[in-house]
Amino acid sequence: MLSKRNPQLNKHGELIHLLSIEGLPRAVIEQILDTAGSFLSVNDREVKKVPLLRGKSVFNLFFENSTRTRTTFEIAAKRLSADVINLDIARSSTAKGETLLDTVANLSAMHADMFVVRHSESGAPHLIAQHCAPHVHVVNAGDGRHAHPTQGLLDMYTIRHFKQDFRNLTVAIVGDIVHSRVARSDIHALNILGVPEIRAVGPKTLVPGDLRDMGVRVCHDMAEGVKDADVIIMLRLQNERMNGGMLPSSGEFFKHFGLTPDKLRLAKPDAIVMHPGPINRGVEIASEVADGKSSVILPQVTFGIAVRMAVMAILAGNEA
Amino acid sequence: MSDLKLDAEGLYLELKRGVQRLLTPDTALVGIWSGGAWLAERLAADLDVASGVISSALHRDDFGSRGLAKADHTTLPFDVNGRDILLIDDVLYTGRTTRAVINELFDFGRPASVQLAVLVDRGGRQLPIEPAYSAARVTLSKEQSLRLVRDEAGAFSFEVK
Repeated sequence: MLSKRNPQLNKHGELIHLLSIEGLPRAVIEQILDTAGSFLSVNDREVKKVPLLRGKSVFNLFFENSTRTRTTFEIAAKRLSADVINLDIARSSTAKGETLLDTVANLSAMHADMFVVRHSESGAPHLIAQHCAPHVHVVNAGDGRHAHPTQGLLDMYTIRHFKQDFRNLTVAIVGDIVHSRVARSDIHALNILGVPEIRAVGPKTLVPGDLRDMGVRVCHDMAEGVKDADVIIMLRLQNERMNGGMLPSSGEFFKHFGLTPDKLRLAKPDAIVMHPGPINRGVEIASEVADGKSSVILPQVTFGIAVRMAVMAILAGNEA
Repeated sequence: MSDLKLDAEGLYLELKRGVQRLLTPDTALVGIWSGGAWLAERLAADLDVASGVISSALHRDDFGSRGLAKADHTTLPFDVNGRDILLIDDVLYTGRTTRAVINELFDFGRPASVQLAVLVDRGGRQLPIEPAYSAARVTLSKEQSLRLVRDEAGAFSFEVK
């Protein structure tokens, strides 16, 4: 049975679903990061595969399109020896009028062991986790504006890799924070891991003042926001999510909040620049920065596979 | 069996002599994490042989019931292909860990041969695995656990529970 308190944990406090970083114990996050470290080296082997999910079926249920995230989950599952089934749900059952829970019931009858779910509605992965068979694990691959926990975890892995200790860092998250499930997951994770200063940087329309309730410092000025930062996380300007009126133009946004070499110089000399991708050059980040020595955007992608392997391996080994 | 007395340091010297006899020009020692890794590290220094560490975590047969074992890395700083691999472990019991690390080893390449040397063989095998050398053989009941511990100075002793 799912625990009333946190549906992600079983009665022993072990992870059985990954739905959100909010409410996860620090030890669970650290276990995922440590495990990801041991999976990273699998790439150096002659056999780039481990048998932990041999005979298990992982269903990628993407109700919202995302080639990149789906592909990294697929690679991660295959490196764990799982059978991976990709379903382009948006264009099949849902289009025919089937409800979410009916779709899931049908897929469970096909002996799924794990669902990787992306959905435009916040809470869809929670709903699935509450209604699937007890042996099935659910991983949230992004739901609405709510959460994108594996991105949050791979961001934490990246920060730990380059900065080792979280406890004396200043982390600036810049851009369209109000629409960003990545920002939300990052903020929860950074708080749990004890980062003393988290800044949310952007215009008032994209960085509302009530973000202060999440334990962040709100900055509407880029220079103030990135000053002496150890880590700068740039977010993509989500054109497809913006319903007009929030920004005069993307050129205007770049002028004030785009990360240029000049603005990067305000941060610490050894600051790292991160971005969940896909990047919009000249919209939120200058090419010189994206391709520069502070950028760790491509290592993030590599770490992302190891982190997703870790999440799936840990879930598969825990019983509800 | 609380009166069981095993002198880990004394047995280490026996193991060192046994391992010395098994060495070939192509031998690399591979210690099974964690106790075996400590032994291999010391043997490699004492005998001037290449060594590495191997973990059973990714090939364990009890993953479904016990979940993922604590994260620990396999580190083999040499090419496994064509080497005479001598696995080192502190305690040999069911043989399941040995089976798992042999699978792990072959993910890195094709060794010329694989042998096993252990500090203590406690019997109770559940798989057809035999060590090429064991410094001691003891009989313990199923309820008892025996493992090597290493103190801050690097000295070995046994913990029996």
